[in-house]
Amino acid sequence: MIELLHQALLKNGLLVGFAVVGGVIGISYFLSDRLTRGRLHGSALAVFGGLVLAYVGGSISGGKNGIADLPMFAGVGLLGGAMLRDFAIVATAYGASFADLKKSGLPVVLALFAGILVSFVSGVGVALAFGYRDAVSLTTIGAGAVTYIVGPVTGAAIGATSDVMALSIAAGLVKAIVVMIATPLVAKSIGLDNPHTAMIYGGTLGTNSGVSAGLAATDPALVPYGVMAATFYTGLGCFLAPSVLFLAMRALCPS
Amino acid sequence: MVIYGVALLAVCSLIGLLVGEALGALIGVKANVGGVGFAMILLLVATDWLAKRGRFKPVSASGVTFWSLMYIPIVVAMAAQQNVLGAIKGGPLAFLAGTIGVALSFALVPMLARIGRPQSTAVKAKEPSR
Repeated sequence: MIELLHQALLKNGLLVGFAVVGGVIGISYFLSDRLTRGRLHGSALAVFGGLVLAYVGGSISGGKNGIADLPMFAGVGLLGGAMLRDFAIVATAYGASFADLKKSGLPVVLALFAGILVSFVSGVGVALAFGYRDAVSLTTIGAGAVTYIVGPVTGAAIGATSDVMALSIAAGLVKAIVVMIATPLVAKSIGLDNPHTAMIYGGTLGTNSGVSAGLAATDPALVPYGVMAATFYTGLGCFLAPSVLFLAMRALCPS
Repeated sequence: MVIYGVALLAVCSLIGLLVGEALGALIGVKANVGGVGFAMILLLVATDWLAKRGRFKPVSASGVTFWSLMYIPIVVAMAAQQNVLGAIKGGPLAFLAGTIGVALSFALVPMLARIGRPQSTAVKAKEPSR
């Protein structure tokens, strides 16, 4: 009987995904309503719930894909994978104002550069504090603080060691998770309540998963604006880190 | 029909992502550069164009709105497959490198937002509804 159930769940992965996520969201909205009287938004709690599931799944399986590494919950991986995520993000643009998007063009470009630079320098600073002195390791860890994609792409391009690479990815993961959790908490104090600021926010923070989840938990109407800007961040980071930023680091710390 | 909306969304997404890949290859970067952004613009332009000609019926539109409403659940599923364990295992270096940058970036947002703000709110006040 249990074997039968197990087989059914394995065969219908995506449906299990819908059910699990529906359950997480249901519980989150219930808790948001009862415990925080709506002060902590239900979707913020749901994202946090997702991260808890990821931790549990990762602990059990030892894999990198959270709950999706457990065969029974592989459907969650499909539902939250890159394909459907991009599909749904593009859909949120429907109904967004094209005029609002165009208006913020130049400040967003500025935000992209400023955001990448600030994250990179923070990462390099921390790496320095932990005793790293060579340009390759410093650049790779700095790039990881930009996003968890920029880190390994940069590390591979400039020949970083695998333990530095792992640290770099971990820094990027921390960034994504912190952005997911912190965005709804700081939204008010940074004025994140209009399309313009959402685009600046997306351009400055840039980590795709962090920005998309952070805005979803803050105000879904702002999602297309923030994500639109963030979509250029990782690409620009992958472009800048192994080139200009690496050369700058090599000039600063010759070894 | 609802599939028209879903198909339009899919076509816009595919073209946008393709452009992003091509742009990445062009500047020699192993990442998709702006693919989702291009797809969004494409969807906005396409739905606008079709709606003006009365070819984008509410039923078709529901194929798009369904997926935009599925966005939060999808993001929750995305969160559930993050490498949270890997982030924790990175120890204090990864934790500090990740959080300090985020804290500074958050602080930058209101400053940078002020740059474009005065002009854009002025435009917004006068702008007729589209």
